[in-house]
Amino acid sequence: MKEITPFHTAINDLAGLAAGINSGKIIGYMCSYAPEELIYAAGFHPMRLFSSKSDISLAESHLQAYCCSLVRGVLEDCLAGRLDYLNGMVFPHTCDSIQRLSDIWRLNTNHGFFADVIMPAKLNTPSARAYMKDVLKKFQIDLETAIGHSISPADLEASICLFNRIRKHLARIYELKSRFPSIIGERDLFAIVKGAMVMDRKELADQLEKIVQRLEQKDPPPSSGKRIILSGSICDMPDIYSLIEAAGGMVVADDLCTGNRWFEGQMDEGIDPLEALTARYADRAICPAKHAGNTLRGENLVRLAKEHKADGVIFAFLKFCDPHAFDFPYMKEFLDKAAIKNLHLELDDQQQGQGQLSTRLETFIHMI
Amino acid sequence: MTDTAPQKDKQKIKAAKRMREIMTAYYMDAMTARENNKKIAWITSGGPVEPLIAMDIIPVYPENHGAMIGASKMGEALCVKAEEMGYSSDLCSYARADISCAQVNGGPIGGLPKPDMLVCCNNICGTVLKWYEVQARHFKVPLFILDTPVCHTEYSPEIATYVRRQIDDYIVFLETATARKLDPDRMAQVGHLALRGQKLWQKVLTATTHKPSPMSAFDAFFFLALIVTLRGTQIAVDFYEELILEMEERVEAGISSVPHEQYRLLWDNLPVWYQLKWLSKKFSDHNACLVADTYTSAWCSSIKYIDENKFLDSMAEAYTRIYLNNGVDKMADQVLDMIRLYDVDGFVMHSNRSCKPYSFGQMDIMNIVREKTGIPVLMLEADMVDPRSFSLSQADTRIDAFMEIIKQKG
Repeated sequence: MKEITPFHTAINDLAGLAAGINSGKIIGYMCSYAPEELIYAAGFHPMRLFSSKSDISLAESHLQAYCCSLVRGVLEDCLAGRLDYLNGMVFPHTCDSIQRLSDIWRLNTNHGFFADVIMPAKLNTPSARAYMKDVLKKFQIDLETAIGHSISPADLEASICLFNRIRKHLARIYELKSRFPSIIGERDLFAIVKGAMVMDRKELADQLEKIVQRLEQKDPPPSSGKRIILSGSICDMPDIYSLIEAAGGMVVADDLCTGNRWFEGQMDEGIDPLEALTARYADRAICPAKHAGNTLRGENLVRLAKEHKADGVIFAFLKFCDPHAFDFPYMKEFLDKAAIKNLHLELDDQQQGQGQLSTRLETFIHMI
Repeated sequence: MTDTAPQKDKQKIKAAKRMREIMTAYYMDAMTARENNKKIAWITSGGPVEPLIAMDIIPVYPENHGAMIGASKMGEALCVKAEEMGYSSDLCSYARADISCAQVNGGPIGGLPKPDMLVCCNNICGTVLKWYEVQARHFKVPLFILDTPVCHTEYSPEIATYVRRQIDDYIVFLETATARKLDPDRMAQVGHLALRGQKLWQKVLTATTHKPSPMSAFDAFFFLALIVTLRGTQIAVDFYEELILEMEERVEAGISSVPHEQYRLLWDNLPVWYQLKWLSKKFSDHNACLVADTYTSAWCSSIKYIDENKFLDSMAEAYTRIYLNNGVDKMADQVLDMIRLYDVDGFVMHSNRSCKPYSFGQMDIMNIVREKTGIPVLMLEADMVDPRSFSLSQADTRIDAFMEIIKQKG
């Protein structure tokens, strides 16, 4: 489908993409809690960073080997100069590794703008909500200081509106994929979602709309594969999708940081924009590094699996990702109790043993 | 032969016996809490214990228990059990050991008494948040989280407001859990004792500025438990006064921790709980004394933020601005201060697999230390409780090489 080509182009040459960004004001981030809407409203291009998966050598002098490959890999890219196109960096509070990466980044590089957006780890109390609003307000001021003028409510509203469009289209593509899994290939879906985190957002909204229109016109052939849900952290491994497809599986929904958990839901366009932002970042599908109750994620996953009639759930975690690893045993227990078959994969950028991975996937998908 | 025996007795710190008695009584209290109609709260090591003491709730520390598990070399078995339960072997070994221990009632005291409530403060790490969620699901008891945002470069007004509000939420939580009101006079009294205790602990730790040092970091690791678990009690105050007196006596009598102290070292990160004797002897054989460490000093670094006349108010800052909750550059500054204060010849950093907030950033701190002081730095790869991450032969070789460099520097 030619409408998807720009997404593949974008994600396969991120440096080239960055060079082509008109504003020349690129702010990097690594977590889906980064307030993209504010970054965009300030005139910056929010660009999610992924490790280029190059060999680690410079980062060795800053981060031990028991650090996840996303954090080490992105630091490596930074120190090696592959992120010199950045004009700034934003670190929302995520996990312990990101917390320290922020300090190491600040002490060893300077791209210009730098901000820690220290959001609450607790999201289900009035005091946390009030603090979330304070944090967003402070970030807005930091951005305004950088650009030398204030971000008007109109600019922020327009930004929220744009990101709502983007989310709406992504959600619609996922919805169509779930209903007609063969409507779009796994690697294409991956490219769309990853592209949505790095491409020019205005162009993106238009491109996504075109894709939705195209998909809605399609008369999709029936699917006979196994319906799979992916749950986990950062899945920046397109090969997983190919392997799942090759084994006869179709990803009909996900519970990923770099997927549904990032784009699901809409922001309220009828209220004060800062309130709308606060509500979104406090109430969105929760990340395991945050707390909003003891069983929320497990309940959500079971609900997701049932809603999308999943044949199986594949947990895809980055090795050394603590928050996800702590949630896994109880989430697995919830799935087991609901008789939803599940598989646990531990991934690493320096992924060796592709053969082993494909065998495990095949075995699982044939079994469910 | 006859020479070493009295020397060994002299070396022993007498207060250690009293410490063991106190800790035994404390654990007995916890084990019999229910019979005495007392409630138990499990709390994190950096957690706000004073209101618990003021409300007669017995605080129990899974992390202190973790240290005991490590010291009694029961860490591996419990960690393996946790892995069988589905917990990755890359997770914090305190958490793994405690989670499995709660299932099998393992460990050196047959398991901890069940909590009536859980109190989790994430000033030390994000892992405790997940760990306490696991235990909240397991024990089906209420969980309070004191969320202390990281102060990368500043203690912002937003953070101050947020944490202060949560202190109020915390008191409400405790009053609900106990169906009692917090007595403000009792709270003030506990606040005074907590501050006094921390000042005494600081005095204990500065006794080692003396050359030769009357005690070592290994002793500090042992005597730390009281200021962590019973901060705010008279017991802790009385004990540390006793310990300080003994340190002063030792200094008077010329008793040093390492018989022929020639080199003074600073330790970073948590102890390697299952290898303390070996490490102590290893350095001692090189006439080196670990005179100070960044870990035990964390329990007196909040003194400057505490206003004993407004204890609850000042708890917000005191609990948020602890060593580990600051940016790496701030941590490096404190390390440099300690290097100067204790006049150390070398820096030993434990690269602790279990503790990311402590271990990530160590390399940058190492570079800063080398640059600013020129003293040699040794990085020892290990884990605080899980011995599978420690190679004795590698540590042995590296310590020897490190001490060689120090000796050459004269």
